[in-house]
Amino acid sequence: MNDDFIKSLKDMPSAHLLGAGVAMCAGCGGLQALKEVYDVLGKNTVFVNAAGCLTLLAIYPFTPFRGSWLYTAMASAPAGAQGVRDALDILIEKKRMPPEEDLDVVVLTGDGAAYGMGLSATSGAIDRGLDFLYLCYDNEGFANTGQQYSAATPHGARTATSAGRQGYPGYKKDLFDIWAANRPSYVATAIAAEPLDFARKVSKAKEMKGPRLVIALAPCPPGWIFDPSQGPEIGRLAVRTGAWPLKEYVDGKVTHTHIPHPRIPVEEYLKLQGRFDHLFRPKRNEAMLADIQARIDAYWAGVA
Amino acid sequence: MTRQLLTGNGAAAWGARLAATDYVPAYPITPQTEIIETIAGWIDGGEMDCRMVTMDSEHSMVTAAGAAAATGVRVFTATSSQGLLYAMEMVFTTAGWRAPFVMVNVSRGLSAPITLEPDHNDVFAARDSGFLQIHCASGQEVLDTVLMAFRLAEDPRVRLPVIVNMDGFYLSFTREPVELPEPAAVARFLPPFDPGPISFRASKPLSEAVAVLGGVPYSYFRYEMHLALENALAVYGEVSQAFAREFGRTHEAVEAYKLDDAELAIVMVGCFATKARSAVDRLRAAGTRIGLLRPRLFRPFPEADIRRHLAGKRAVAVIDQNLSMGRGGILHGEVAAALYAAPGAPPVLASFVGGLGGRDIAAEEFFEIARVLADAAAAGQTPKPRLLFTDTELREVRKLQAIAEVERHETAGKAPGEST
Repeated sequence: MNDDFIKSLKDMPSAHLLGAGVAMCAGCGGLQALKEVYDVLGKNTVFVNAAGCLTLLAIYPFTPFRGSWLYTAMASAPAGAQGVRDALDILIEKKRMPPEEDLDVVVLTGDGAAYGMGLSATSGAIDRGLDFLYLCYDNEGFANTGQQYSAATPHGARTATSAGRQGYPGYKKDLFDIWAANRPSYVATAIAAEPLDFARKVSKAKEMKGPRLVIALAPCPPGWIFDPSQGPEIGRLAVRTGAWPLKEYVDGKVTHTHIPHPRIPVEEYLKLQGRFDHLFRPKRNEAMLADIQARIDAYWAGVA
Repeated sequence: MTRQLLTGNGAAAWGARLAATDYVPAYPITPQTEIIETIAGWIDGGEMDCRMVTMDSEHSMVTAAGAAAATGVRVFTATSSQGLLYAMEMVFTTAGWRAPFVMVNVSRGLSAPITLEPDHNDVFAARDSGFLQIHCASGQEVLDTVLMAFRLAEDPRVRLPVIVNMDGFYLSFTREPVELPEPAAVARFLPPFDPGPISFRASKPLSEAVAVLGGVPYSYFRYEMHLALENALAVYGEVSQAFAREFGRTHEAVEAYKLDDAELAIVMVGCFATKARSAVDRLRAAGTRIGLLRPRLFRPFPEADIRRHLAGKRAVAVIDQNLSMGRGGILHGEVAAALYAAPGAPPVLASFVGGLGGRDIAAEEFFEIARVLADAAAAGQTPKPRLLFTDTELREVRKLQAIAEVERHETAGKAPGEST
């Protein structure tokens, strides 16, 4: 499959490989992302998982996966991927396993691991040119433990550990650039609410070798505080306001796969989410809203 | 069969090579580094058909080791001290995966203060992890035990990872003549790893290490691990006999030295026990009926062997090269629990702590321990635990403190190199 294959929604695979009835929250953006990705990746995939919401997909003795799964720990899913990848390569090289038994190795973690605790293991995997795909579902906080702030939390967001009037004082870490700076095979941002863009990127990544990352922004109804029915709308607004740029890195070059034009003011995105409610009520925090908008504008001003 | 002068580290590397190890995830740490350097040299020279990967940390290293073993290849790795502790989450986790691989730990004292020389607090911290744990006292034993460890780990009745321990510096860096077994003989003793149904293959999807909900399934899987470790006691006996048949060397779960007619006994693990062995010879020459018990197997704990060998002794001293803060020697507690209410259990079980951070245990100290034991046997009373430290050593520390004090006052408020 190459990226030309998926020209329209009609070309999207509809295998529905991921089983239903899992213990995720209603409207989980991470689950939706995984569902879309899994159909593109296919069942000959071993997911190597770090502690997070999606760890609870596979609970003994049930699993929604047609393929394989290995849960590791919070910090070391990429190291688990290294062990599985190396072992499969060794078995094929030494002719102890036929090549058709091979699997794609996919690391599946949330932002807590991808942006924070797992960075050492991730960095090592990039250094070594490990042949793997890293899929990060980025719900912008430690959602599984009740949405405490993480290194991926956006400025001003109220979380369980930044519940004051200013919300989270830090700024979302740029994981895309951290990866891209080290010249891996592929880096992309995506979101389930833009399924065509997402499927094209995963399909492209699947055909490549070496370290590949796809970060899927994952709107989280309980963590971001919105009604599950609004998930797709919030996802589309994240893109159309420019708050979540859709882009990819290939061969040293960053390309935006969607340039929102005109860009909708970011507050249209923020005001649908309870985690930003304090920016609007009891009175508007003009300074902070302006700051958030200015940073988005500055980002896009730098995009040729 | 050839003999070579090998360090303990060299012997460990030869064990991995002769075992036809497929995969070595690694991370450098003193005093273990020579093991992975040796293996890397063989791989580069085409002498060993193996893949080695230097990971970003020991935590990642043990994760990769477990993941590769769970995919069905033979895995060896090595670490020490801080590295073992850094990996500790994954030490417990990969044991829970029932991933069979062998990890050599080269014992080294733990921080703080940071140091390089050996004691057993590092490896004993892995006591409850689900790894089997075997302690070696010579280079030959290290090589042989690595081979035995693979067979133990991969036995379907066990299927757990194994730590093979040696003491840093004293054993890791000391050269001894070591017999290198013939590869053909090793292949007979240790057939290729058969992962059975537990591996990742496209045609056989598998979920490993999934979450459980609640204490019932959790308890089930934890009990399964414990029972597998208990199985390992009997399997160890079989492996040890098979090893003796193939190679003519016997490595029992415990080494009993001159214990049969002994009234007094010393219990120690690791290569410092060879100091005790030599002290036993000298004490016997002077008329003291004393012997040595050296458990090689620490997990599973060979309780029956310990009861049997110590039954009828008048007094026993456990010398611990570790210290459980606020409790005392760890091995002492283990031996005491094994002997409690056992028929013929020695009435005196004394505790000595020594050899921390590579501090020597001198022959005179063994003689003093024997004297304390004899007195305690006569009185029928266990003496208070003792931390071995001499007046001379205390004076040495006082001197260091005096220097530190002088330096602090002399240089107070001054930049380095500024005259006083």
